[in-house]
Amino acid sequence: MTGTAGPDTDGSGAGRDGGHDGEGPELGREEVVLERIEKWRRHRPRLKDEFVNSAHGAGGKASAALIDAVFVEAFRNKTLETMADAAVLELPSGERIAFSTDSYVVKPRRFPGGSVGHLAIHGTVNDLSMMGASPSWISAAFVIEDGFSVEELRGIVDDMAEAAKHAGVTVVTGDTKVVDRGAADGVYITTAGVGVIPAGVHLDARAIRPGDKVLVSGKIGDHGVAVMIARGDLALEADIPSDTAPLNELVEQLLAAAPGTRFLRDATRGGVATVCNELARDAEVGVVLYEHQLPIRNIVNGACEILGIDPLYVANEGKLVAIVPADQADAALAAMRAHPVGADAAVIGDVTEEPPGIVVLRTGLGGSRIVDMLVGDPLPRIC
Amino acid sequence: MRFVDEYRDPAAARLAVAEIETLASRLVPSGEPLKFMEVCGGHTHTIYKHGIENLLPSTVELVHGPGCPVCVIPMGRVDDAIAVAKRPNVIFTSFGDMMRVPGGSGNLLEAKAQGADVRMVYSPLDALRIAEANPDREVVFFAVGFETTAPSTAVTLLKARERGVTNFSVFCNHVTIVPPLKAILESPDLRLDGFIGPGHVSTVIGNRPYRFVPGTYGKPLVTAGFEPLDILQALVMLLRQLTEGRCEVENQYTRAVTDGGNRKALEILSQVFELRPHFEWRGLGFISQSALKLSPEFADLDAELRFAVPGVRVADPKACQCGEVLKGVIKPWECKVFGTACTPETPIGTCMVSSEGACAAYYNYGRLTKIPVKSA
Repeated sequence: MTGTAGPDTDGSGAGRDGGHDGEGPELGREEVVLERIEKWRRHRPRLKDEFVNSAHGAGGKASAALIDAVFVEAFRNKTLETMADAAVLELPSGERIAFSTDSYVVKPRRFPGGSVGHLAIHGTVNDLSMMGASPSWISAAFVIEDGFSVEELRGIVDDMAEAAKHAGVTVVTGDTKVVDRGAADGVYITTAGVGVIPAGVHLDARAIRPGDKVLVSGKIGDHGVAVMIARGDLALEADIPSDTAPLNELVEQLLAAAPGTRFLRDATRGGVATVCNELARDAEVGVVLYEHQLPIRNIVNGACEILGIDPLYVANEGKLVAIVPADQADAALAAMRAHPVGADAAVIGDVTEEPPGIVVLRTGLGGSRIVDMLVGDPLPRIC
Repeated sequence: MRFVDEYRDPAAARLAVAEIETLASRLVPSGEPLKFMEVCGGHTHTIYKHGIENLLPSTVELVHGPGCPVCVIPMGRVDDAIAVAKRPNVIFTSFGDMMRVPGGSGNLLEAKAQGADVRMVYSPLDALRIAEANPDREVVFFAVGFETTAPSTAVTLLKARERGVTNFSVFCNHVTIVPPLKAILESPDLRLDGFIGPGHVSTVIGNRPYRFVPGTYGKPLVTAGFEPLDILQALVMLLRQLTEGRCEVENQYTRAVTDGGNRKALEILSQVFELRPHFEWRGLGFISQSALKLSPEFADLDAELRFAVPGVRVADPKACQCGEVLKGVIKPWECKVFGTACTPETPIGTCMVSSEGACAAYYNYGRLTKIPVKSA
């Protein structure tokens, strides 16, 4: 991207000599500055770091910069560039399949409501489901640290087997590697999955239109808060189980009830806020969310309040955001609520024409604020 | 949430906003806005989180003050912290939001990526616990914050002494609220009509230390709590003072703040800390007697002495005009480097470092004021 931006985007010299006072009429200078920021923001973030750090794995701006600069740059192709949850591939027969992969490195490996084993299946099943596919086959690769307990490994793999059975998918191939002690932290799991997309199902952010409704399939923030508490370094105790769950059945029912559904994405890392930002950017629409309509457990809200983090950015492992035409929103909501994992589904916002690319939250108090992309992980605040 | 939602009631907020509108329009019929500074970063957070600026009439403007403790730490101190963190046997512990604050060369997150053992803690006591669990390592706590967090550092130091923990030390950057407030008020080009006083700091130091604000400088100050209705009520109280021609220190946060403060906490502070002759503030320069260091009695637990930190001063870039933004003299977009050399990704000044600093907020949200947001 270097060199594609305007002359003043990296500040090379602009105003450094302090002699720019009085240039042009004062009126309108604010607009000029806003316009410049706006132009700059439309560019995908640029990678400036020399070393990878944890922010690059957090799913926000830093992740996008790394992915663009390193991976997309090297692998460049049309399918990859859609940057969807899963790649959509057309077979010679004309049938379409969804194909997706993900690695699972959660700490701790076991938390209330599940384990890394559940995540490894649910995550990939859900990525496929977001393209409207019926997930069928899964691969699983394990990187194991020398000295890892076989009993714990068996427990994790049993969880995977249980999760796969529950989701109706089969683990059909795999790989095992053992690395030196200290070269990995216990066990890392990578799964990939394939599923067939039924004819007529085309989910795409570009289909989103102003007037559409934004739905979420249940209470948000449970998984992220459950894991943070299970890490044990918060000196907080609360009974919050992770929401890890497969969403394929829910998606099937949703698409049957609301066939006009435009777009689905599971709100994992980066939470509902990140999903809404991505779709607003890709569809060039605005999104307005209503704080009082967000389904959030009291206890999750309380934990977030204490830590100074925003539940909109907290990870979920069994929740999706759906964009549905207004006239099918009731049907979509009823279909989700009819399924156990969608019992607390809610309409949380509207797709608007203005402001394109921006997510606005109408606060419970009656004010509004922009819900932006995060740079890295949400960090607890001291003040 | 019980005991919280009461302070977020939209109907009560509408009433407060209506009163603010009426009072302000009477005070400034010309429409030139009244400017009030909320001193504390916690207030700024509440204002953004709940979209309060968006509720206020155009006749009332909030100026975000210097009370974000992580943003005011100058680059040289961050570099010192990184130098300590990179020493071979050190476990360096820090609050989360300090990790991304840039020094002259990088931040703590980057130091961590390069191999330094940097750990995020939620309390200095966690750092002490890490020291006890790792007796063969040197554990350093990066102490930042106003009088709000200083007592917990002090208690930790007392505990370290009591338990005989010797592999623990504190890199002290605690600052005090009154000197920067004075520095802002001393400025000849100050354009502020009043202050929302910091709530948490005042639970420790009390409301009395602010009397110089109306007394010497003729500006009203209302100490406020951290819920949105607290802030709105504080604005109403400030506007009433102006309307009635009063100018005094008032307390909105009566459920937590007293005039005299928390005597026990103040005692511990004076036992463990002493004032530094001067300390550098990002964006505001050197301010005398504005920060704390460990008292001689605790010198053996002072990381600055134990590790002989480089102590190199990195000057704020000349073009940075944070000082003027903080005083309400210029708007963020009027700063010469705003949005060019200084952006949220590569911040120069304190106002851009925190996402709630005046400049970062304007960079991210400035457009919102230009966008009509359709109501539900």
